[in-house]
Amino acid sequence: MAETHTAEHDTHHAALAHHFENLEQQREAGTLAMWIFLVTEIMFFGGLFLAYTLYRSTYPAAFAAASNHLDLTLGAVNTVILICSSFTMAMAVYCTQVGKRRGMIISLVLTIILGLGFLGIKAVEYHEKYVDKLIPGHLLPWNPFGPDLEKWDLPAGVSERQIELFYWIYFALTGLHALHMIIGAGVLLVILYLGIKGRFSPEYHNPVEVTGLYWHFVDIVWIFLFPLLYLLGRHVGGH
Amino acid sequence: MSEHIVPVRVYVVIFFALMVGTVITVVAAYQDFPGALNVVIAMAIAVAKATLVVLYFMHVRYSAPLVWVIVASGLFWLAILFALTFSDYMSRHWLPI
Repeated sequence: MAETHTAEHDTHHAALAHHFENLEQQREAGTLAMWIFLVTEIMFFGGLFLAYTLYRSTYPAAFAAASNHLDLTLGAVNTVILICSSFTMAMAVYCTQVGKRRGMIISLVLTIILGLGFLGIKAVEYHEKYVDKLIPGHLLPWNPFGPDLEKWDLPAGVSERQIELFYWIYFALTGLHALHMIIGAGVLLVILYLGIKGRFSPEYHNPVEVTGLYWHFVDIVWIFLFPLLYLLGRHVGGH
Repeated sequence: MSEHIVPVRVYVVIFFALMVGTVITVVAAYQDFPGALNVVIAMAIAVAKATLVVLYFMHVRYSAPLVWVIVASGLFWLAILFALTFSDYMSRHWLPI
C-alpha cells in the first residue's frame, strides 16, 4: 500500500482520504483532532482532580494518613515504567518518521510490555488494598471497607469515613487512569499489527503519531497522580 | 509547513530530565518544608515534567500555532473549573462540603 511511491505520491497515496488536499494536510488535521480529544480528556480528569483538591484541603490530616498507607515503592517503580514507556513510544514515532520499520516494531513492543507491566503492578497494589480492607463502600452489604485503624496511629479528629473518602478518590483516579492504559495498550496492539503489515511509512505515519499523543497524555496524568496520591503525607510521618 | 523530526538526542535528554525530576520529587516529599511549601514544590516539579512531555515527546514545540491554541484552551478551561469552584467553596466555608 505504502509502496506506491511515485513522483506525485501525495495525490496517489493509498492512505490519502479523498477530502484532503494532500498527506501533509491530512496529518495536521489528524494531530489537531487528537489534541481536541485530549482537551476533553483534561476536563474529564480535571473533575476528579478538583474533587481531590477540595477534599484534601478539607481533611488534610486524614488524606496524609491515608496516603502514607499506599506503597511508595510500587508507585515510584510505576512512575519510572511509564516514563520509560513514553520514551519508547517517542522512539516508535521517530522510527516511523525516518522509515526504520524494525526499530518501530521493537519500540512498539517495548511500549506495550511496559504498559502491561504498569497494569500488573497496579493489580498487585489493588490486591494489597483489598487484603487490608481498603476498598471503599461501607454501605454495601458485604462492606469491603473496614481497615484495622487501631494500628494506623491516626491523628486526633480523623475518622474512618475521611480515610474512606481518600480511597474513593484514589480508586476513581487510578481506576480511570488504568482504564486509559488498557485502551492505550489495545490501540498500540492494532498499531503494531498494522506496522508489521507495512502500512506506515515516512509519508504516512499519523496513526502512530496520534497514538503516541494519547499515550504521552496518560503518562502526564500519572506524573500528577504520583505526587498527589503517594507523596502528599510523607513529610508528616511517612515511612 | 513540513514536519519537524525531533532528533533522538533530544528524546534521550528529556527522558533523563524526567527521571531526575522523579527522584527530586520523592526526596523533596520527605523534607518537612514550612507551610504549604511541600505541595507547591511537588506541583512545580510535576508541571515542569508535564511541560517537557508536552513540548518534546508530544512535539508541541514544533507544531502548528493552532495546536498551541487548542492546548492553551484546555488549560484555560481547567483554570475556570478550579477558580470558579473554589471561589464558591472558599467564600462559603460555613457550609459543610
